Amino acid sequence: MGQIELKKVTKRFGETEVIPPLDLVIGEGEFVVFVGPSGCGKSTLLRLIAGLEDITSGTIEIDGQDATAVGPAKRGLAMVFQSYALYPHMTVRKNIAFPLKMAGMDAAAINAKVTAAASVLNLTDYLDRRPGQLSGGQRQRVAIGRAIVREPSAFLFDEPLSNLDAALRVNMRLEITELHQTLKTTMIYVTHDQVEAMTMADKIVVLRAGNIEQVGSPLELYRTPRNTFVAGFIGSPKMNLIDGAEAAKHGVATIGIRPEHVTVSKDGGDWQGRVTVAEHLGSDTFLHVASDLGQMTVRVGGEMNVRHGDTIWMTPDMTHLHRFGADGLRTP
Amino acid sequence: MATKASRTAARMMMAPAVIVLLGWMLVPLIMTLWFSFRNYLPLRGGDLGFAGFDNYVRFITSSAFWPAVLATLTIVLGTLIITVVLGVLLALLLDQPMWGQGIVRILVIAPFFVMPTVSGLVWKNMFLDSVNGLFAHAARAIGVTPVEWIIEAPFFSIILITSWTWLPFATLILLTAIQSLDSEQLDAAEMDGAPKIKRFWYIIVPHMSRAITVVILIQTIFLLSVFAEIFVTTAGAFGSKTLTYLIYQRVLESQNIGLGSAGGVYAIILANIVAVFLMRIVGKNLDA
Ligand SMILES: Nc1ncnc2c1ncn2[C@@H]1O[C@H](COP(=O)(O)OP(=O)(O)OP(=O)(O)O)[C@@H](O)[C@H]1O
Ligand SMILES: [Mg+2]
Repeated sequence: MGQIELKKVTKRFGETEVIPPLDLVIGEGEFVVFVGPSGCGKSTLLRLIAGLEDITSGTIEIDGQDATAVGPAKRGLAMVFQSYALYPHMTVRKNIAFPLKMAGMDAAAINAKVTAAASVLNLTDYLDRRPGQLSGGQRQRVAIGRAIVREPSAFLFDEPLSNLDAALRVNMRLEITELHQTLKTTMIYVTHDQVEAMTMADKIVVLRAGNIEQVGSPLELYRTPRNTFVAGFIGSPKMNLIDGAEAAKHGVATIGIRPEHVTVSKDGGDWQGRVTVAEHLGSDTFLHVASDLGQMTVRVGGEMNVRHGDTIWMTPDMTHLHRFGADGLRTP
Repeated sequence: MATKASRTAARMMMAPAVIVLLGWMLVPLIMTLWFSFRNYLPLRGGDLGFAGFDNYVRFITSSAFWPAVLATLTIVLGTLIITVVLGVLLALLLDQPMWGQGIVRILVIAPFFVMPTVSGLVWKNMFLDSVNGLFAHAARAIGVTPVEWIIEAPFFSIILITSWTWLPFATLILLTAIQSLDSEQLDAAEMDGAPKIKRFWYIIVPHMSRAITVVILIQTIFLLSVFAEIFVTTAGAFGSKTLTYLIYQRVLESQNIGLGSAGGVYAIILANIVAVFLMRIVGKNLDA
């Protein structure tokens, strides 16, 4: 259970087409991440799958059944919202129990399920509080609890961690990944944070203006980005994209090299540049370099002693050089 | 930050307004209190000295008192029920995206700006009148004898008029409450399997509960003093004499200022009890 297939799905709001025809298969038990810049239609796509928004044309199949005209409650999917969307006037217990109550389950069974979910999510001590009396991370867990008691065939998450601070975000990221490993249920996760996408996903779907730019595993996307957009979007810091004469030497319009695939030396190399900013993270140092080819970012070991204003030489690792044609597409 | 000098200046600037407001409130209040303890009959000898608590006792032991309490409660409760229920429904309706939303919202609020005397007369003559009223025309059109609304159903008539005046107020406050509801909560409830009716009961109504309480309390304070609507329609006849109307009769028709003032003091106490609850709720609203 939990296979979702989108066939030629489109969505328009009035005159504006937010999702042009789009095909996508989400396999059973997969952790799929939709990633893309703000406003590219990630939430819209998720809401289309959830049934909260009507699709303009195309079909959505869930477990092989046409679900296009099926209401959100009947699709067997559970959603965790960015704002958590907890019911503020109900206690945590009632929040988690709400979908079960709506399904007409008897009180004893509801109670057993809520207790079980609460213990999985470390919420047992908070069951009688209201959402307003919880921290951001606890609210997030209540929202997840409300989703898991329904035993849905797939979970939909819309930027669930964006309201949390950095440390908590890393924690919750792990908790959600663990949850996926225990439940083995399909999960679709929306984020604009490529680090979340890389660390959590089995499969990443990169979106731009409603179009799927590339679908693949995190490493596929990292190693063989299909075009310059994906190349620039996946990986941190961003890949250096160089065009002009230097790219022409390789017979293409644009070449790309990741900051970690450049060797830096103070004595000599292919490209010369001057360090504008050096960011020391301890383990690594990121150098922002003003070079003849434009602004570049390179990674060096934490030990290398480079300072603002130093002149350095950079040599790209040719085996990791990405080549893109004039249309932006990858060429071998 | 405010310095000592600027605070003093601020106080001086506010002083005139505060003094006028205080005077405006305190002078009539003290006069009412004073008269309520006097035996004051303007046409029958004028101020005849202290009466102790006589006026207070006479006001509530009079045979007109309990019927007046009942009439007041009927009008207040009837209007509250109609305005809150219809207000919620209208607010839900106005919250839907529709053509000409701005104009419709302005039209809805319009009755609130019509003076009570005017709306009372309009309703009495144009709708409720048994010869020329629209209701009478409608009744004749379907072959039914027109009803003498004001005589046969005085409470219904008065409640109709007060509800017409107060419905816009309720609608507007409730509409803003509905609009402040996070739409993701409704989406979440929909995904949780709650159909429209249940989403209304479990999500929208609890969300609006505080706004509904505020509407009830504010309206109660004003409805307790409904006067013009009664004056121009039944003039207190047919059992529609409320406490406010009773006070008016005591003072102006019976020319007994002491007795009327005692009734006025009861009314002040009653309104203040409601006001205390109102302040608490509104205060809580501001804290949250
Ligand atoms: N109800 C609506 N009516 C009209 N346009 C809409 C509506 N909802 C979304 N849009 C438009 O659709 C586009 C995609 O919106 P969407 O919310 O899916 O973006 P997103 O990728 O989730 O962005 P973010 O990362 O900021 O959440 C945006 O350009 C937005 O303006
Ligand atoms: Mg979004």
